[in-house]
Amino acid sequence: MNNTWWKSGEPWIWLTASAVTVSIVIVVGLLTLIAARGMGHFWASAVFEGQYTQDGQTTRLIGEIRDQVQIPASRLHDMGVKTDEKWVTRYLIKTGNRELVGLDFRWILANDLKNVSYPKELLTIERYEWGNFYGYLQAVKHDGEVISSGEAAWQEAQQRLAHALQIHEQIQTIEKNEMGRINYALDRLRLAERRLELNHDKDPEKLAKIAEQRVEYQQQFDTLRKQLTQLYQEIKRDSLMVKAMDDQEIEIDLAKIVRVYRSNTMNVIEKLQFYFIKLWEFVSDDPREANTEGGIFPAIFGTVLMVFIMSIFVTPFGVIAAVYLHEYAKQGFLTRTIRIAVNNLAGVPSIVYGVFGLGFFVYFVGSNIDLWFFPEALPSPTFGTGGILWASLTLAILTVPVVIVATEEGLSRIPSSIREGSLALGATKAETLWRTVLPMASPAIMTGLILAIARAAGEVAPLMLVGVVKLAPSLVLDMNYPFLHMERKFMHLGFHIYDVGFQSPNVEAARPLVYATAFLLVAVIVILNLSAIWIRNHLREKYKALETT
Amino acid sequence: MTESTAPLTHSINFSSLGRTDPSLSLKDEKICLEVKNFNLFYGKKQALRDINMQIPEKRVTAYIGPSGCGKSTLLRCFNRMNDLVDGVRTQGQILLDGHDIFHPSVNVAELRRRVGMVFQKPNPFPKSIYENVAYGLRLQGINSRRILDDVVESSLKGAALWDEVKDRLHDNALGLSGGQQQRLVIARAIAIQPEVLLLDEPASALDPISTLKIEELIHELKSNFTIVIVTHNMQQAARVSDFTAFMYLGELIEFDDTSRLFTNPSKKKTEDYITGRYG
Repeated sequence: MNNTWWKSGEPWIWLTASAVTVSIVIVVGLLTLIAARGMGHFWASAVFEGQYTQDGQTTRLIGEIRDQVQIPASRLHDMGVKTDEKWVTRYLIKTGNRELVGLDFRWILANDLKNVSYPKELLTIERYEWGNFYGYLQAVKHDGEVISSGEAAWQEAQQRLAHALQIHEQIQTIEKNEMGRINYALDRLRLAERRLELNHDKDPEKLAKIAEQRVEYQQQFDTLRKQLTQLYQEIKRDSLMVKAMDDQEIEIDLAKIVRVYRSNTMNVIEKLQFYFIKLWEFVSDDPREANTEGGIFPAIFGTVLMVFIMSIFVTPFGVIAAVYLHEYAKQGFLTRTIRIAVNNLAGVPSIVYGVFGLGFFVYFVGSNIDLWFFPEALPSPTFGTGGILWASLTLAILTVPVVIVATEEGLSRIPSSIREGSLALGATKAETLWRTVLPMASPAIMTGLILAIARAAGEVAPLMLVGVVKLAPSLVLDMNYPFLHMERKFMHLGFHIYDVGFQSPNVEAARPLVYATAFLLVAVIVILNLSAIWIRNHLREKYKALETT
Repeated sequence: MTESTAPLTHSINFSSLGRTDPSLSLKDEKICLEVKNFNLFYGKKQALRDINMQIPEKRVTAYIGPSGCGKSTLLRCFNRMNDLVDGVRTQGQILLDGHDIFHPSVNVAELRRRVGMVFQKPNPFPKSIYENVAYGLRLQGINSRRILDDVVESSLKGAALWDEVKDRLHDNALGLSGGQQQRLVIARAIAIQPEVLLLDEPASALDPISTLKIEELIHELKSNFTIVIVTHNMQQAARVSDFTAFMYLGELIEFDDTSRLFTNPSKKKTEDYITGRYG
């Protein structure tokens, strides 16, 4: 009876089904883990107040409980603490107020914390610098005078903060967009001047024109600066008086505040609203505080843009190479060797590509481009340093073997009867390729592209050498001519994870962001892949019945 | 395909096939294609041996013979499709309107526009019916909607397919049945107005009804095109062609007016073949 069970093939069904199940469980588990640890970061946690006893001294502690671990009592004994229980709970408390107490996270033993309460008036203030503040609102000040205190102060504070945030937006627009544009234009004028100098062109007319434009831009700049000063004055008029957990009273300017909330009074709806606001901020804002707070929009933008540029380079390059190898090259020893070489390229470690990109693209091609086309900017390199162009090209070379192999496979599946039919109608080989064969191979080409995107979006090591930075001052795509600045450095999600997770000064603050960024990176790749798969399915429908890719 | 074992002379009644032409003579015909001392080698193996033949214009010429006798090979030489096979070597000439098609100055794509081909298995492109027929015209740079519409319609009518597909010209051609696909391929071939149409066993992959339709089509097409057809089916050759060539082991054994060849063959080998003694 056992023998029949083996023969019927059932064991194989069980085996293959379990393999699939295990894979799915691993993937889902991984995604759930990073989602839970990352996405939980944006939920408004309750803020507590309690009495903390250490070395006989009792102090007031205010903060959020961020994490909780159980440690065996033996470790405590090593630290010199006596206790009866076997397992002891430790809390990770975020106390904020980094400028007052030095650290904003600390570990405490649960037993040392007593009288825990969640007062409704406890405030969380998110700031542009120095992280969060936790404490009580004492008063609101305007032009140095206290205009409201006690419970009414809360309403007053919210109103004034809304106003201050509006002014902050205006300041941002002026500083980043308008002044940025003028600075960029002034820089181009400087380069134009230098170019004339290098060409020994002393045409007074040209020089006069440049001077004239410079004066004009300078005037615009001054006007903007006046506006800016006014706005700054206005925004600095308001401030909050707050009391921290150690009874210190400090003044926080409204200009420095991102938002203020009382998390203990928020109900579920408000918390959900808050959650989505913070999530939106995460994907659309710029980073703050050495990438430990704020958003990661530039990294998302950089990653997606780099993948696009890489696809634009790798697709024609790979397809043309495959067409040559498959259709035109004489199938002899040389072609076989080339194919073997291409397949082996896929196995080279990616950091080697980074070194190649650095040596060839950046140092050789880049510096020559600088010498020929941008001599006026020297000694400051334009293309002679890492940038999005070199990064995309490096990744294109890294993924081209995949595209070549997939395209060749697609080409070989096209029945020769179709080719003969086209040739018999008077088409040349090139026309047959272009009009019939390549369109039929397009699902296979898309498959190659999907694999290339999947590989490239995840590579980080080569990018570190050829153009990714921790913090980029501006995006690669902006409103200034020539709009797409291929020489600029950019931010990348993969590198961001590495940087935030391992290079940041405040590891505890950064850890949830690492998870959140990892989850976002997976989401971005999934979206890119799904788009490519959708395009491929659309193409498959068009050329069905003859293709089985 | 099973060959008839009864002597063909008794079973074919030419008048019942609707043939009205009396016996034709080659010397009365205008010659379209001429094969002169033609030899073909696949590497070391010789596939065609010293072929001398004249194909008359606007007539149907059929090639018959046992498998492997070289009829398809010779057919594929007329539009130089054998160039695609590695190791093929030719000697001798094939003249189209007096010019050797193997001359180095000949543009092969141009030749193939003048000498069209329909293959054994229908091979429509995975495009719409309209685009399949328009393919040859677009190759020549004709993209005007009006002209294409006209030519597509007349070609599909000429291939006896128009009534069946006129409402779904933009549907995928692969959705048609086998017989319809073959007629589509014929429409595609005649759309570019070739001088010669080569048919390589065009009905062997089709059912009897479709085969009949194709044969009727050939009968109509010959008023505009010179047709050379390779077939395994002797009855088909007898029904459809004006002249027949019998080939055996790469040599041309006999070439004559069809009725004469089938009723009164001059070579013994021919007689043996058509009476079913072998082949």
